[in-house]
Amino acid sequence: MATPMLRWCCPGRRWIFAGIGGGSRHGRGVPTGSTSSGKRGQSSVAQQPLITAQKPRKGEREWAAVVGLEIHAQIASNSKLFSGSQVDFAAPPNSLVSFFDASLPGTLPAGYQITQQRLPIAVNGSLAYSVCVGQRWSQMVTRTVGVKQIQLEQDSGKSLHDNLRSQTLIDLNRAGVGLLEVVLEPDMSCGEEAAAAIRELQLILQALGTSQANMAEGQLRVDANISVHHPGEPLGVRTEVKNLNSARFLAKAIDYEIQRQISELENGGKILNETRSFDYKLGCTVPMRDKEGKQDYRFMPEPNLPPLLLYDSGSLPTGADPQQVIDIDQLREQLPELPRVTREKLVRQYGMRPEHSFALLNEVGLLEFFQNVMKETRAEPKKVTSWVLNTFLGFLKQQNLAVSESPVTPSALAELLDLLDRKAISSSAAKQVFEELWRSKGKTPAQMVAEKQLELMQDAEALELLCRSTLETHPQVVTDVKKGNPRAINKLIGLVRRATLGRADPTVIKEVLERQLSS
Amino acid sequence: MLGRTLREVSAALKQGQVTPTELCQRCLSLIKKTKFLNAYITVSEEVALKQAEESEKRYKKGLSLGDLDGIPVAVKDNFSTAGIETTCASNMLKGYVPPYNATVVQKLLDQGALLMGKTNLDEFAMGSGSTDGIFGPVKNPWSYSKQYREKRKQKSHGENEDSDWLITGGSSGGSAAAVSAFTCFAALGSDTGGSTRNPAAHCGVVGLKPSYGLVSRHGLIPLVNSMDVPGTLTRCVDDAATVLGILAGHDPKDSTTIQDPVKPFTLPSLTDVSKLCIGIPKEYLTPALSSEVRSLWSKAANLFESEGAKVIEVSLPHTSYSIVCYHVLCTSEVASNMARFDGLEYGHRCDTDVSTEAMYAATRREGFNDVVRERILSGNFFLLKENYENYFVKAQKVRRLIARDFVNVFNSGVDVLLTPTTLSEAVPHTEFIREDNRTRSAQNDIFTQAVNMAGLPAVSVPMALSSQGLPIGLQFIGRAFCDQQLLTVAKWFEKRVQFPVIQLQELMDDCSSIFENEKLASVSLK
Repeated sequence: MATPMLRWCCPGRRWIFAGIGGGSRHGRGVPTGSTSSGKRGQSSVAQQPLITAQKPRKGEREWAAVVGLEIHAQIASNSKLFSGSQVDFAAPPNSLVSFFDASLPGTLPAGYQITQQRLPIAVNGSLAYSVCVGQRWSQMVTRTVGVKQIQLEQDSGKSLHDNLRSQTLIDLNRAGVGLLEVVLEPDMSCGEEAAAAIRELQLILQALGTSQANMAEGQLRVDANISVHHPGEPLGVRTEVKNLNSARFLAKAIDYEIQRQISELENGGKILNETRSFDYKLGCTVPMRDKEGKQDYRFMPEPNLPPLLLYDSGSLPTGADPQQVIDIDQLREQLPELPRVTREKLVRQYGMRPEHSFALLNEVGLLEFFQNVMKETRAEPKKVTSWVLNTFLGFLKQQNLAVSESPVTPSALAELLDLLDRKAISSSAAKQVFEELWRSKGKTPAQMVAEKQLELMQDAEALELLCRSTLETHPQVVTDVKKGNPRAINKLIGLVRRATLGRADPTVIKEVLERQLSS
Repeated sequence: MLGRTLREVSAALKQGQVTPTELCQRCLSLIKKTKFLNAYITVSEEVALKQAEESEKRYKKGLSLGDLDGIPVAVKDNFSTAGIETTCASNMLKGYVPPYNATVVQKLLDQGALLMGKTNLDEFAMGSGSTDGIFGPVKNPWSYSKQYREKRKQKSHGENEDSDWLITGGSSGGSAAAVSAFTCFAALGSDTGGSTRNPAAHCGVVGLKPSYGLVSRHGLIPLVNSMDVPGTLTRCVDDAATVLGILAGHDPKDSTTIQDPVKPFTLPSLTDVSKLCIGIPKEYLTPALSSEVRSLWSKAANLFESEGAKVIEVSLPHTSYSIVCYHVLCTSEVASNMARFDGLEYGHRCDTDVSTEAMYAATRREGFNDVVRERILSGNFFLLKENYENYFVKAQKVRRLIARDFVNVFNSGVDVLLTPTTLSEAVPHTEFIREDNRTRSAQNDIFTQAVNMAGLPAVSVPMALSSQGLPIGLQFIGRAFCDQQLLTVAKWFEKRVQFPVIQLQELMDDCSSIFENEKLASVSLK
């Protein structure tokens, strides 16, 4: 298959116009620091029931929304697509610009953006993703969205309009960075579906190493095409909401736009085929000023880039230099496991619930953490899953940390779960130890348990004695138990636990007490 | 000494008959004397003298870098030269100093060549006269030759001689004039539709357009990426081979260059042409062809035949569609290539600051001449969604047919095609500008641009003087990447026809002071 490149011919069209009122790039609302909340937790897709359309009131007809997506993922590479310039999100403006990137005369091929639009690398695929249909994770269904095409493209420079001084500032750091463009068919019907599809795509790209796909750093940018219509009628006029840079804003922007179009139409208005942007502060979409009507990019084939020939083992010419040819069969063999397969494996191997497998993959590094704990502990997979997804992840979220920043290592958690597994400590003690581990690095769970004297009483005789003396000193409670008050036994258990400084397992205490009471 | 070929002067340098600095200074003097030719836009005197000094040191140590060490050369002003202004004869790039050397320039410098300066051209190489640049037209040195002057006196129209100077052809007219007037020993041109061969024919020098992909275009400011090739202008075919041997080869910065290694080569002296098959394309016999060129063409064919070569008539059936096809493809690429000139990163920027769009528009309005703007507009028209299929795609298909015509002919056993290079000899400027640039380009590229569409090597070799005393060149076209075979045939032809040396009497008289100091006995112009 030959995949010639195309280029377009408009002067100055190398810039994406990211217009901002007041002007400086710092006003852009894209968190850049490593501690910002937008950076991770991209799993934070609103878990609400699907709103495909407004509920029709009596006598009103139903609306259906149609959503298609165009995704630009920055290819994970140290250099730009056709130049040796570094790629670094945080570099000062115009510090990563080679002669080629500045399209100095005579550098080939430069001076226009290059795309594979007419002969993409891949066409006609599909992407399966899961969404919740109820309030609970367990009510998940798998949906499929068509992938129209996947192609290579060059990123544009960035121009920032300073409206106050009426100046335009241009940063070419991004110009020429390799992009993977994925066009998803309009098979989605709401913000949540779109966000879930994007999340799955993000995981696939990360698993493949194609892109770091960090939306906050602009490595994954999404444009959404949205229209509404009455079911059974032709599709409505669509609008395009550009440059959505988080899964949450994506979902919000789409749902807002759907509602806006519906109310516009219901109030007798018209939908314009226009480009809009999402104002994340106001939570609404607004028309973009820069796009002046329909663009004819006037593409033509790029003669400076000879066609890239893709071979499979059948068509590979004999004696071809492996450095000079691309064998897609060979590449296919080297593909890493995709997230769906990983999740299926988790379910099969550990008897895990599907939603837990999703949760494990949803956080960068969480699956690896889980697997490392599993390697070192004798605890049940179910127990480990529960600890990792509830306790561990809960602590991370609370403090807004990445898995890699966790103060608790997989080994420490494994050791803790081992102690719990062989009933050396109670689960409440385990929680206490976990908290301690989180706070003070460097100590092992065993050391903590010893220091705080948290180990369960292994001396059965001592426990027998403690129980007996408790019964003796609280005759009133014993009478209550015998009268049939079901809560009275809990009081006794509590008394014994306090006497053991919380080191005895309540279930064991209960057993002993019941035996002693009935004898 | 200045009239010698590159090979000869290289030998003289090696033998110590002349030093690089002496050679450099003589060329610089001659450049000054011939300033009125307007061949150079920039004369890089300091750079050249410094390079000469270094070359001289190498010669003294016996560490010459090769045949080009110490040889004055010139470069068309559409090749990027680090630290030396590169204008493309356009307001758009006036004052633009590239930070890097084009690969071909770097290769020349790496061989120790002395860069005398940057030569004049049509703006962005769009033209066939070297008349349409912001620095004014280039004058053909033959306008001042003894051969031409004498013929004119005979006719004696009483016209003002100075106002009736001849064009060089183009767009590499400055390079052709520079070599023709002995101000350097070789010059780089560029050839997109005939821009090296056309002025070579008009100026009586050898103009080589190598196979597309043999020589790197990195640093050559593009006109049509799929047709542009750096070309050479030299005094003889051997010199063309010498320079090509240095320039050819893969360049990672130009993905269209071939991967196969290329080595410098020397042309054999052909003694027997009986195994050669020369094709004469019948479609090239157009009514517009001057009778003199036509008769020289058939004379050349007879020459080959009389020496035992097989000369056959061949057909390139799609020739008549070539010019219009070239126009569509060329303007389309121009539209895209020129997109980079927006006034932001380099080059001209207008004073308008109403908006970025207004700035782009005014910058481009001020920066480009009418010819460039016209081609940009045409190209953008052809590339519009509604026109793309009807114009661009169709032109590409026709291009394929034209390329196939050549393949068919070569597959039928033809080794080399023999054609005219131009319709006639050089015309006076006053006559040339009666037609617009587009008409002139369409007329003058007629024999040359199909070769660019097919990516083939071609060379124009001066054959004889016209009745007016002006040079007429013929073109040889070879198989793709058979540049060496092509040049071998051209060399044989060159030896047979013994094209006369230009007699720049007046120029040389003016230069007598320089030649007085000549210590060598032989002050011959070749």
